[in-house]
Amino acid sequence: MHHQSRQWTIESDVARIDSVVATIVGLCEVAGYSARHCRLNIPVAVTEALSNAIVCGNGSDAARDVRVSVMVDRKRLFVEVVDEGQGFDLAAVQQSPDDDDWFEREDGRGVFLMRQLMDCVESEQPDGKQGHRLRLILYRA
Amino acid sequence: MSFSLHRSDHVLVVTVDGQLVVTNRQEFKQAVLDAVADGARTVVVDFANAGYIDSSGLGALVSLSKRIREAGGDLRLAALNEDLRTLFELTRLDALFPLYPSRDDALAAH
Repeated sequence: MHHQSRQWTIESDVARIDSVVATIVGLCEVAGYSARHCRLNIPVAVTEALSNAIVCGNGSDAARDVRVSVMVDRKRLFVEVVDEGQGFDLAAVQQSPDDDDWFEREDGRGVFLMRQLMDCVESEQPDGKQGHRLRLILYRA
Repeated sequence: MSFSLHRSDHVLVVTVDGQLVVTNRQEFKQAVLDAVADGARTVVVDFANAGYIDSSGLGALVSLSKRIREAGGDLRLAALNEDLRTLFELTRLDALFPLYPSRDDALAAH
């Protein structure tokens, strides 16, 4: 099977997340990813990446877009999400169930979940440019 | 992606149909808080027909758990499938919520 790819440019509205996630899950189902991957790992991690870009990156500013690219083949899923925000140092985000307020706070588990559910989570901020790029990689086997 | 509420005296059962995620967490949370303000003390969330939950949905449950405990009640989660149980185990939130095999089990618990 050749790889399948899709690209979207969406406005910063969380209502746009569901259809993108559903399309990516559909591509992965066709490519033979496991039911667990398609019901849990992929939809949750991609939802986290998109909501992070829309809410945290772009501040839900309708004037700012989020670009999403996906490439799927029988070996791996690659998702890239680019927002127009100031970005953050992903390596510095150390969310953990050992945090003192883990069982009290409402937010602050998204990066932890992406790391748990994907094989690789990377981020990059182009030098001197606005915009933050997050990459998710999941291997099928 | 929706949920329905069934109220009987101090007991509230919330049935989640589809995802509990960033797009509906505020609506979900507010509906439960309104019921708690109106006297609900035992809140059972039934996930038998649920899809996935993201960190926003988990956060809403954590926040509700605290608010309901402060009101003298408790939040019980029922009928989580294997994937959802995995999510709670990964985040260790299974230590925060009583998890029951079914809605009836959750309602019968003391």
